[in-house]
Amino acid sequence: MDAESLLLSLELASGSGQGLSPDRRAALLTSLMLVKRDYRFDRVLFWGRILGLVADYYIAQGVSEDQLAPRKTLYSLNCMEWSLLPPATKEMEIQTSVVKGRFMGDPSHEYEHTELQKVNDGEKVFEEEVVVQIKEEMRLVSIIDQIDKAVAVIPRGALFKTPFGPINVNRTFEGLSLSEAKKLSSYFHFREPVELKNKTLLEKAELDPSLDFMDSLEHDIPKGSWSVQMERGNALVVLRSLLWPGLTFYHAPRTKNYGYIYVGTGEKNLDLPFML
Amino acid sequence: MGDPPPDPEPPSQPTSSRRSSQVSERRHSRELSRPQVSPLVPEELQQIRLGPQILNLRGWPQRASLTPNENLVFQAEDPYLNPGFPAEMQPQAYLSEGGLQASQSGSLMLQQVQQSEGSLFQQLESAYQGPAADLPGQFTMYQREDLPFSPGTQHGPYMRDDPTLQFSPSELGFMSFNMELPEPEPRELAVQNAKAYLLQTSINSDLSLYEHLVNLLTKILNQRPEDPLFLLESLNRTAQWEWFHPKLDTLRDDPEMQPTYEMAERQKAMFSRSGSGEGEQEMEEETVSEPTPVPNIMEKAFYFEQAGVGLSSDESFRIFMALKQLVEQQPVHTCRFWGKVLGLSRSYLVAEVEFREGEEEAEEEEVEEMTEGGEGMETHGEEEGDEDEDKATDTVPKPTWKPPPVIPKEDSRTGTNRYLYFVCNEPGRPWMRLPHVTPIQIVQARKIRKFFTGYLDAPVISYPPFPGNEANYLRAQIARISAATHISPLGFYQFGEEEGDEEEEGGAGRDSYEENPDFEGIPVLELVDSMANWVHHTQHILPQGRCTWVNPLQKTEEEEELGEEEEKADEGVEEVEQEVGPPLLTPLSEDAEIMHMAPWTARLSCTFSPQYSVAVVRSNLWPGAYAYASGKKFENIYIGWGHKYSPENFNPSLPAPIQHEYPSGPDTIEMSDPTVEEEQALKAAQEQALAAAEEEEEDEEEDEDEDQDD
Repeated sequence: MDAESLLLSLELASGSGQGLSPDRRAALLTSLMLVKRDYRFDRVLFWGRILGLVADYYIAQGVSEDQLAPRKTLYSLNCMEWSLLPPATKEMEIQTSVVKGRFMGDPSHEYEHTELQKVNDGEKVFEEEVVVQIKEEMRLVSIIDQIDKAVAVIPRGALFKTPFGPINVNRTFEGLSLSEAKKLSSYFHFREPVELKNKTLLEKAELDPSLDFMDSLEHDIPKGSWSVQMERGNALVVLRSLLWPGLTFYHAPRTKNYGYIYVGTGEKNLDLPFML
Repeated sequence: MGDPPPDPEPPSQPTSSRRSSQVSERRHSRELSRPQVSPLVPEELQQIRLGPQILNLRGWPQRASLTPNENLVFQAEDPYLNPGFPAEMQPQAYLSEGGLQASQSGSLMLQQVQQSEGSLFQQLESAYQGPAADLPGQFTMYQREDLPFSPGTQHGPYMRDDPTLQFSPSELGFMSFNMELPEPEPRELAVQNAKAYLLQTSINSDLSLYEHLVNLLTKILNQRPEDPLFLLESLNRTAQWEWFHPKLDTLRDDPEMQPTYEMAERQKAMFSRSGSGEGEQEMEEETVSEPTPVPNIMEKAFYFEQAGVGLSSDESFRIFMALKQLVEQQPVHTCRFWGKVLGLSRSYLVAEVEFREGEEEAEEEEVEEMTEGGEGMETHGEEEGDEDEDKATDTVPKPTWKPPPVIPKEDSRTGTNRYLYFVCNEPGRPWMRLPHVTPIQIVQARKIRKFFTGYLDAPVISYPPFPGNEANYLRAQIARISAATHISPLGFYQFGEEEGDEEEEGGAGRDSYEENPDFEGIPVLELVDSMANWVHHTQHILPQGRCTWVNPLQKTEEEEELGEEEEKADEGVEEVEQEVGPPLLTPLSEDAEIMHMAPWTARLSCTFSPQYSVAVVRSNLWPGAYAYASGKKFENIYIGWGHKYSPENFNPSLPAPIQHEYPSGPDTIEMSDPTVEEEQALKAAQEQALAAAEEEEEDEEEDEDEDQDD
């Protein structure tokens, strides 16, 4: 959610039950302003909160001029001092995929994972148990990246693309209409498109190239991994991800308010197919 | 061109006063009185016609201020008139600044014109009295205006696009011929051609590109966004979108917003109902004196907000109003907001309610009758089956499988059914009551993991099959969550006075508690430090599915009748051990760990002000369950999807092993059919035996005969 409309956004996203306490809110308002100034971001998004056993991580993301460029991620333990996280890489994801369980809440905590590795000792090849240590910070980076790629949502028409260059925020975006808001096809993944090129030519012909340049949520696998609900008596549409429980996207139809927030344990719900 | 007229010098005595009211900013170019000679008529006519064109090239912004009547006035200034006439016309034309004034003066003019000579004038005025405001008209006008530009001529003010300017060729026959004779200048022609092209309407719509661009530019100029170049595309889209979505007229309701308005009406009813109650004085007295069963939701919401949990404050208030509604409708003794369970299409708001004594039994009996009727049918069917079996000649081996004994559900107000639960989807919607939970439902609910859809009558399709629909599943999960996560600070509740020893109660533990009037609250820091300061105040659910253990093998009377027949088959009845769980009011420090992870996380709500903060405890076993305590107040709430946390992936239960069919006995053992040789051997043996028997008979007969013969 945009840091500029933080209070309203938190209010609208509160249907999932998790929010922020007033002291955190106050701290965020000031610190995000400073972050924007220091890092020269175009927009700062409050990404959410990952619940750990000992402490919680508060995550913010900074967006530069080009809205789809990789965003910089910062984390904080007390909503006041923010530290930049390194960008996520493929190797990180592979390494941290073995770690399971909750986050501890301490960025320097190291998970120990024993692996069987083949060690060449001259001519013999035998397996040894090697204890690999994975830092929680790396796990944090990788999880945030996965969540972003999988379930960060933006409504259709909020960004538009020009042939000149960057992808901009559409200032004339007036919100989705009620009938559009209930369809999954009016929401896009907030990331570089992956499946767009797989569409047939007929489908592409109907798309508007300035608005439809991202993947829509319609074809997400497994089908039904999004829960679309109207709250507040039809005045707010809320999308909740079932794959990463804790991600809530809200949008008030016919207005410009939209945003997403993740408040959860940072674990993927691998039982989803059983639960639908 | 376009200089202000040299002077209104011609005799304009009567109009001098009017002249003074002129606004001279308009760029008029008026033709002064000029000695007009008839041979020059065509030329002057051209000049006149030129006037509008020239004027409009420069007088663009003033377009709105020009009115047809002014043109009328100007047109009246015809070279055919005597010279004096234009002069008269002229000053009055100046007056026509605004619309109405002009029309009045124009009509005055017109009358004068009419009164004066000239059938020609009549022709002229008839020509422009019929405004034909359509584009083809404009076309013709433009075509007429490609006339030579001659500087020095001054023409009156009138609109370029004014349809009344056009002359219908039929009426001005000879004049039109004259007008089209001269050659147009190329630049002017190009401009007019371009504009004509822009004004084309397409086949699909009535709008032309010209109008669309006008709209777009007007919009941009009105809104003045930053960086309009980048926004051009989207603004274009928006303007285009508006063609097809005109604003609905004020009399018709917007069909899309209908459900929203309905919901709002319902919530308004919620507010007004209680409002009318407050208005009456009698009601006020009653409500003040009686302790309302509705709890102070707003206060609890405030504390939970400190912890960062809970719904927004207006939603909490709406829940409060909905609970008030519930209290009015049902005979409620105590009531509590239990929490919110999220679902796929809708969510559930759950209220935990305790009825007044004796109130709910009526409903309970109905439910029990139905279930008993069902059971009766089943036993009846079994008996019939037995009879049929006896009649058959070949006795079919009876199956050895017996359904596991049904564990009776707990009585209301005890154990898992201590409270009644009502759910609604949104504040304002009616509250629906959830049925009591049976032990088998709890046992099955532990084995499955399904999302709630939001509809109480939706089936729960799972393996092992869940006995019930979503309402039962929801109730079972609520029971589990309550048993696992309802906690209170140590000492808030205490056991009642000792009514009997623990041994007498069969080791089942005490199941009732009461508030401790001497509770003084535990300091927040201590609550956060040690989990021993919190206790569970709901009973633990045994693996059986109940809170108090019941031996399933104690058969009821009906079962005993059947059981007699099958007792022989019952070999090796397992002895069931009594299940024991932790007693009531056990501290949280005794809770089992999950995979080396503490089951509870405790925090202070605000680290900056520890003296005012609230102790918050979060369950790691049931994500979404929170409890706060501050001073003498505490509360539990659950907001979440309704599932337990398991560090391992969910493994659905495997199907049961295939049952053995029947015990193999001598009559049921399978034997191979005899082979051909065996059959033949048997046949031969039989024939031999038969032959031997016949011989014996013959021998006997012979013997008898011999005997007889003797």
